[in-house]
Amino acid sequence: MNAYQEFKIIGSRPIRPDGLDKVTGRARYGADLNMQGQLYGHVLRSPHAHAFIKSIDCSKALAMEGVLAVMTGEDLVEPGSQMLGSGEGALALKDVVPMVMSQGKVLFHSQAVAAVAATSPELAAEAAQAVEVMYDVLPAVTDVHKALAADAPILHDDRFPDGYPEEPTNLATHISLTVGDPDAAFEKADVVIDQTYSVPMCHQGYIEPHACVARADAAGRVELWCCTQGHFTVRHYTSAVTGIDLGKIKVTASEIGGGFGGKTTVYLEPLAVVLAQKSGRPVKMVMDRGDVFRATGPAPGAETKVKLGATRDGKLVAADVECLMDSGAYNGNPAGIPAFMATACYKLKDARSTGRSVYTNKPKIHAYRAPSIPQVTLGFELAVTELAAELGIDPIEFRLMNAVEEGDANMMGAPYKRIGLRECLEVARNHGHYKSAVAEGAGRGVAMGYWINAGMQSSATLNVIADGHVSILTGSPDIGGSRASLALMASEVLGIPFEHIHLQVAATDAVGHTDVTGGSRTTLATGQAVIQAAEECVAEMCRRAAAEWEAEPGLVTWSQGAAHYGDQSLTFEDLAGRAGAMGGPLTFSTSLTSTSTAPGFGVHICDAEVDKETGRTTITRYTAIQDAGRAIHPDYVEGQMQGGAVQGIGWALNEEYLYSDEGALENPGFLDYRIPVASDLPFINAVIVEVPNPLHPFGVKGVGEVPIVPPMPAIAEAVYQSTGVRFRDLPLNPPKIVAALANS
Amino acid sequence: MAVQEFISPTSLSEAQQVVGDGAASSWLAGGTDLLVGIRLGARDPARVIDLKQIPELTAIEIDETSVRIGAAASAFDVLHNSDVPSLFPGLAEALNLIGSTQITGRCSAGGNLCNASPAADSIPALIANGAQCRILGPDGERALAVEDFVVGPNQNALASDELLVELILPRPAVGTSDAYLRLTPRTEMDIAVAGAGVSITMDESGECTAARIAIGAVAPTALLVEAAARALMGSQLDQTAIDGAVAAVRAAATPISDKRGTAEYRTHVVGVLVSRAIANAQARITEARS
Amino acid sequence: MNNPPNKMAVQATINGESAAFLCSPGQVLAEVLRDELELIGTKIGCNTGDCGACSVLVDDRLVCSCLVLAAEVEGKSVQTVEGVANGGELHPVQQKLLEHGGLQCGICTPGVVIAAKALLEHNPDPTEEQARYWLAGNLCRCTGYDKIIRAVLDASKTMRGEAA
Repeated sequence: MNAYQEFKIIGSRPIRPDGLDKVTGRARYGADLNMQGQLYGHVLRSPHAHAFIKSIDCSKALAMEGVLAVMTGEDLVEPGSQMLGSGEGALALKDVVPMVMSQGKVLFHSQAVAAVAATSPELAAEAAQAVEVMYDVLPAVTDVHKALAADAPILHDDRFPDGYPEEPTNLATHISLTVGDPDAAFEKADVVIDQTYSVPMCHQGYIEPHACVARADAAGRVELWCCTQGHFTVRHYTSAVTGIDLGKIKVTASEIGGGFGGKTTVYLEPLAVVLAQKSGRPVKMVMDRGDVFRATGPAPGAETKVKLGATRDGKLVAADVECLMDSGAYNGNPAGIPAFMATACYKLKDARSTGRSVYTNKPKIHAYRAPSIPQVTLGFELAVTELAAELGIDPIEFRLMNAVEEGDANMMGAPYKRIGLRECLEVARNHGHYKSAVAEGAGRGVAMGYWINAGMQSSATLNVIADGHVSILTGSPDIGGSRASLALMASEVLGIPFEHIHLQVAATDAVGHTDVTGGSRTTLATGQAVIQAAEECVAEMCRRAAAEWEAEPGLVTWSQGAAHYGDQSLTFEDLAGRAGAMGGPLTFSTSLTSTSTAPGFGVHICDAEVDKETGRTTITRYTAIQDAGRAIHPDYVEGQMQGGAVQGIGWALNEEYLYSDEGALENPGFLDYRIPVASDLPFINAVIVEVPNPLHPFGVKGVGEVPIVPPMPAIAEAVYQSTGVRFRDLPLNPPKIVAALANS
Repeated sequence: MAVQEFISPTSLSEAQQVVGDGAASSWLAGGTDLLVGIRLGARDPARVIDLKQIPELTAIEIDETSVRIGAAASAFDVLHNSDVPSLFPGLAEALNLIGSTQITGRCSAGGNLCNASPAADSIPALIANGAQCRILGPDGERALAVEDFVVGPNQNALASDELLVELILPRPAVGTSDAYLRLTPRTEMDIAVAGAGVSITMDESGECTAARIAIGAVAPTALLVEAAARALMGSQLDQTAIDGAVAAVRAAATPISDKRGTAEYRTHVVGVLVSRAIANAQARITEARS
Repeated sequence: MNNPPNKMAVQATINGESAAFLCSPGQVLAEVLRDELELIGTKIGCNTGDCGACSVLVDDRLVCSCLVLAAEVEGKSVQTVEGVANGGELHPVQQKLLEHGGLQCGICTPGVVIAAKALLEHNPDPTEEQARYWLAGNLCRCTGYDKIIRAVLDASKTMRGEAA
């Protein structure tokens, strides 16, 4: 169904249109805007992980000269049961409001309890300390098992998971899916693996802290500038949290310095808005790096019990997965995805998958690149590898024997259409990396990964400029080069030079509704909107040319950037320059909900060498193979694969949240929250496989999230092969490895 | 409270005058510890006194008997001095590891020493090389060996009106070399989980005639482990001797368990690092002779 | 509140031009560049010297501007990312980062440009390992460093006059 089979510019690697501003320091990110007369907002944060707020007295702060506004959680709405749409799932307003500011009970260390706006950042910080808060401190619980124990302090005495009695519990959600009869199927298995694996809580680690500037006018209209993955989402959430009418809020997205899912909600924005309204002045707020780690939305830690059964011939016949996830203080809904997607790569008629999430005194978890799937895949892929080893079957061969293909159904019953998993496995099997001998003392691991890939809503407006250039407005903040890909798609359809297409990320009042940049959907869905707008432009230009030539519209063709009829032609520039006389302005707007999604699959191969005396692991070679459907701009597809792989490497080796017994984060900085640095890594060889998506005009499949899924199990297996010791609990830091080697 | 005053004296006497008036002051060399401390609320000086305009404090001087490194000389300048890295390759390794290239451009051995983190990279290397501290106070000068200068975690022996002027290292005797190794989870950008600085002297027959072994990040302060040196003295640096040195440093280590490593791990790995550092120093001596 | 400290007057050369600014004694260079001089190209990722996003050159020395007091640059020259290109002509590091796709979100890019420029002035023919260790202080979360390193090594070839 792909309308386009041969491409003139798709697949090339032009320089991205926003690149010049980024290498010269001209691009403006969240903290790079200043408004005249602005105040500076500062948040007062709880020093306790679990406490009732008995009282808050802001009077001394407000009395200080230069302090123009103060606020507490009482200035936000009382959330009822309202649900908010989000990146890839709905959140309850009552789980979003307290992540902006506490309303009477503190459930994690550094939760916001009050905020002030003052004429300088130093004054605002000092004024925040003058706010007097009285706490009734409660015992804190940071361990998931302790939170489920009978004597655990209860975070929410008014919440009970669906289907459970109304008794105090920290269990947040419990979801289970079953297909067929896994218990019976296990009886028929020749070999069964039953192990538990764990992955720590970690953070998306974006280098740019949250930042925004808010301004309110006398009529109650509010303007926000902020770094975000979705400014329409910011508008929606800010309205919901503050009670300000949706139509009175305009949000402009700055350039964004990384998000990876962590910037698909609001933290500072509603506070800046309220302070701006109260003070009558613009308010700028920039989050401290420590608070980014302590008080935004990390990725959940998880314990996954995986039971797999196979017959001697290598056929996987049964699976039972139980994933226990840390939700933090509020419900971030992490458990649905393991339930629905744990078995996504494998043909299984008999399987059960269960996800549970638990409240603990930590910040509410939030999305991080393929949310919740890396956690469960660590276990699933390692269990598969252990099973294959026990059967004496090569890990790629075993996966080829059991990998899903078109027509197979996932746990939710939906059959896969044309997917590229087997193709990726075959590329892996034949790849020079896999064929090469493993170096002495090193080990090799292979793993595969899946992401559902979202569609959702996107809009685009295309304006033809009289000189033949084109301005395209979208509502998709550009995290990773999407403006380049969108310009390529428009250039392909219109037939005009890439350099003549000017992509802008427009504010919420200037383009149609667009969901977040996330879910691996921007190239797909916003691309579809751009393609459609461009096609409408072409159709209108052909109509105008036909009218001029008095020809049948259907006989006018478009190619090489011009309308043709016989030996007559009118170029895009001609039609653009004469638009006024030929029918009026050439403007095309599209809004759509994309139903053209296709899931993504990838296979990674990792060689690693462990220094057995020190426990230090070095990644010596890494290959990432992934089906992109169609790589619009290969540099940025490779970039997603490399970046996601390295995030997975960090999570496997060193990244973890470390909490004190009192619930304070012990490593809230890049010194001790250890993301990979340049000298830790080799080149990441990215191999793009193209199995075009039949539902998309260009064959695109989302690529952004799959790459973080295979690294952890691939590395854990490589470390096993290098040391002879199986590691099932990440991260694989040196003390853990040395201790395990000493015990083996 | 914000810093109220920034002063840049251009002479030692001016610096002493300034600090003598009793206001809470911090000396500023590279600022890579001080400014972080101020940012995180651990340091709160009313006045910052920049030492980098005082010539003695940034000079690097070499003569026949000693090498003198100004307390505020940047690691970058020491590393690119024409002589110091070849005289003390281990000290150079240590200074290079204090932090990123950006940190190296500013940090100083003197500042690293005065900050006295138990995990400071320069300190085991300075101790191994027998470095002495030249300290200036209102009553004149005094000297302290580096191993005596650090008295506790983040505590040095300076009175509030004293300053560290320079580090004095005796030129290494013929047949001497040093080495520094540390263990960090990443290849860069981490605080040492354990560190080992060694200086070895071998005669032409390969016999070890002098040794100084210092360990870091495994005790409240860096430690000079004399028992480790004794295990090496008179030996051919054979496996038994090295095992003896390793056992000695493990016995001397009193590490804590924290977010960077367990005590057991630190004790284990400091021995590994000492063993490897001895081998590195030995290889350097052998190569210099060949 | 305590009396705010008296401001200091500082004169320096910023990106080749004389500049004068007022700063508090405890104010760091990163803040002054961004807020007083409106040179927003220098980014603040952590404010504690752990990420390198604020990298600048002070007297040709690569430093984190969040760890330099603004008062310290009296009489010195400072180069930020805004001063790297020569008018309309990009520095090879900038050009190669664009050509290789060595940036995604771009927040680390100014720091990388400055640090890589300093690397190639210091060592015109770095190995991959040398480039990686020199740039270890520039954290990137988007790219996995692959295309950044390729771009820097390619820029070094250009600067040595070799064909790519």
